[in-house]
Amino acid sequence: MKEQVIKILTELRPEFDFTKEGLNFIEEGMLDSFDIVSLVNELDNQYGISIDGLDIVPDNFCSVESIVALLIKNGVK
Amino acid sequence: MDFVFKNKRISGILTILPRKAIKFEDEIENYSFSPAKCMKLKLAMGYKEHRIAEPGQTSVDFAIHGLQYLFDNGMLQKDEIDAILFVSQSPDYIMPPSSNIIQGHFGIKQDCLCLDINQGCAGFEIGLIQSFLLLDQPSINKVVLINAEVLSSRTSKRDRNSWPLAGDAAAITIVEKTNDNLTIYANVKTDGTNAFALNIPAGGFRMPSNAETAVMEQDEAGNWRCKDNLVMKGDDVFNFVQREVPPMIEHLYVQSGVDRNEVDWYMFHQPNKFMLHKLADKLGIPHEKMPANIVENFGNASGVTVPTCISYNLGDQLVNGKMRLCLAGFGVGLTWSSIMMEMGNMNFNKIIEF
Repeated sequence: MKEQVIKILTELRPEFDFTKEGLNFIEEGMLDSFDIVSLVNELDNQYGISIDGLDIVPDNFCSVESIVALLIKNGVK
Repeated sequence: MDFVFKNKRISGILTILPRKAIKFEDEIENYSFSPAKCMKLKLAMGYKEHRIAEPGQTSVDFAIHGLQYLFDNGMLQKDEIDAILFVSQSPDYIMPPSSNIIQGHFGIKQDCLCLDINQGCAGFEIGLIQSFLLLDQPSINKVVLINAEVLSSRTSKRDRNSWPLAGDAAAITIVEKTNDNLTIYANVKTDGTNAFALNIPAGGFRMPSNAETAVMEQDEAGNWRCKDNLVMKGDDVFNFVQREVPPMIEHLYVQSGVDRNEVDWYMFHQPNKFMLHKLADKLGIPHEKMPANIVENFGNASGVTVPTCISYNLGDQLVNGKMRLCLAGFGVGLTWSSIMMEMGNMNFNKIIEF
């Protein structure tokens, strides 16, 4: 799942390296609110889920780990 | 705040759209995004095409064009109009009221209540509720509700939060008494503490427009706009909608005693496709029952989107039959409102261009 998330992020913003440890994607300016919309759309489609609108907050998209946690919360195994 | 109305109906909706259509692809260079990113956003948000008024076309012009069409085609008689409600955030003047200008233009009788209402995204629902309230008076049998916006002229083309979705339009809704034993359920909520989530800083008496308010400035996200332009704090608005709208609709089910599956169509305000799909998913409603094609094809004309949605998606189906609709508007104010009602056997329900 982690590799798939990195792949989606890299397709979204190919200019950044999402494999680096310790980065906060939001604070580093790697993802803006429009990227988050595109990312959620992509995750919903790829995993057949619908991430709750209330969960679409920066904290849930600041790292690969936080995105994976969100997917697990939505029943992705 | 809940409302219940009896023996009222919508007998006609005429939506008036600008002829000028602008494709999203033709404006990509304004947004400083890569083409790939733009295409992803196009899919997610529903950026396709939007209708924009010609320079000089005002909200009153759209209303007059639509009313003239109704009079010319025998769809409405001047002497039966007891009230004109004009709901807009882009009136022709601060003074006088647009509704009075329209009454005067057509020489409509003086026994006519004219009222301008400053409301935005929930403007159709607020206008309907006000119309239903007026119709409780013995002297008022027919209300002409006009929703009209030309806010594109106050939206920066280099503001990617707002411009791709900006739209201009008007809708004329005829609301009247009926002997049909129909009950309409409605509710409204307000949160003025977040009033500036959507705002136009300059142009009122607090900050009159001048050369300084016309100076373009870049915000942290890279959008360019001046103080005369519309500002939308997109994240705040998104969170507000996802937080407040689902419980409002859940409350409407209880209030009306109508199950979600008994609703034929959910005609919601059209901020963007992504937001509407998230609302539908949260409420357990199939996307097909909550059209998102108005923002996609015509843009978001604030309070005009719901009547446009009804005209575009249902058209003659509401002339020849009846359906149960759930209407909802949410945004500027902040104001959010919803209505559960049966609609049908209408005299007209169509779109024209201006």
